[in-house]
Amino acid sequence: MSEAELIAASARDDRPVLFTQDAIGWTPWLTPLSEDQLTNRHWAGLVEPSRAKSPYFMLLARDPEILEARTKTDKDIFYNPAGGLPRAERELVATAASRLNGCIFCASVHARFASSLSKRTADVQRLLNDGVSIDFGERWNAVVAASVALTQTPIAFDRQHIERLRQSGLDDLAIADVIYSAGFFNWANRLMLSLGEPTAASKG
Amino acid sequence: MAEAERDVIDLLIDAREDTAIDRIRRQRPTARENAQKSFEALFAPGSPSGVTVKERYAIATFVASLHRDDGIAAFYRDGLAALDMENNVAEAIESEANSGAAAGPYGRYPKGPLSIEDGTGPVHQVSAANRRILGARLSAALEHAHLLVFRPREASPAALQALAAAGWSTTEIVTLSQLVAFLCFQIRAIVGLKALANATIA
Repeated sequence: MSEAELIAASARDDRPVLFTQDAIGWTPWLTPLSEDQLTNRHWAGLVEPSRAKSPYFMLLARDPEILEARTKTDKDIFYNPAGGLPRAERELVATAASRLNGCIFCASVHARFASSLSKRTADVQRLLNDGVSIDFGERWNAVVAASVALTQTPIAFDRQHIERLRQSGLDDLAIADVIYSAGFFNWANRLMLSLGEPTAASKG
Repeated sequence: MAEAERDVIDLLIDAREDTAIDRIRRQRPTARENAQKSFEALFAPGSPSGVTVKERYAIATFVASLHRDDGIAAFYRDGLAALDMENNVAEAIESEANSGAAAGPYGRYPKGPLSIEDGTGPVHQVSAANRRILGARLSAALEHAHLLVFRPREASPAALQALAAAGWSTTEIVTLSQLVAFLCFQIRAIVGLKALANATIA
């Protein structure tokens, strides 16, 4: 197999350098597949045919088996409506992990979800502006602290985080959702950060 | 019955059937099933790409060891040992994981207002002695894995270029990236769920 060829990095001056809730773009550093290269296995890996329009998913489609399993894991963690952590707080966990790891693109997407589901747009914006140590009130403080501890390497999450989440009213399914949501963004952030870069909102 | 089988996460958190943690995991059945399918796609791929299974276990042993969880590291080390008859790769990986110890995430942001948050930490380079054992290709993968684990915000085209120079194809880089990123998920799920299981009366 031949060595990877990188997409020539143009000296862009519109790369976002701040965390934002605005819709921004993402561009790959490696060549995605094109639609005419897709086999049935690739289409299955994409899960949703509309993702053939996304350079990110078309790059990941080069290994369709892991892409398919990744996407189905993601969907259940963030969209399964049966009990557990309210979806707004699953998105808060994702935003906090992305903020700490430094994924401006991931944080923009999931901050928007957290804001629209929680109606706490200003609090979410403070998380983006000032980082993971701000004071939201105890329940969100406990959720963000758990996401931070799970995002550190080595992992700092322990029984004290669990007790604090319980005291904030989370049951054990909700705590498992915190663990899965933070864990999943430590997967997603590393793909988004290392295979390409954010771009300014697409114009026109 | 397939549904009752324990998966890798169950094994590593020591979850028994019909305990509280088992019942919790089964309330997210698609995530449960696909966390396992992800593991299988990476460690027993249906159509293996150019990344060999031995390379995958070697990189996984390194990544798990960097997370300092003995049980998970032992699981991948055992997988590597079964493929590494002379046992010299496993020893070199162990030595690299020790010299690569760090606390993350850290790293520099693209120059701008976030630069005040820049944090520094080690940039890992495989030692000359271990490079002779591991080869240029696997050594480049370990250096990239260290970047992904500890300072993902410093990822760059130059880091991918270093992989390409060591012989990694575009598709292989995608597989390598998924491997390391998936492990960062799986290890967190295991450490977190194990703590929850231990804090929960079955």
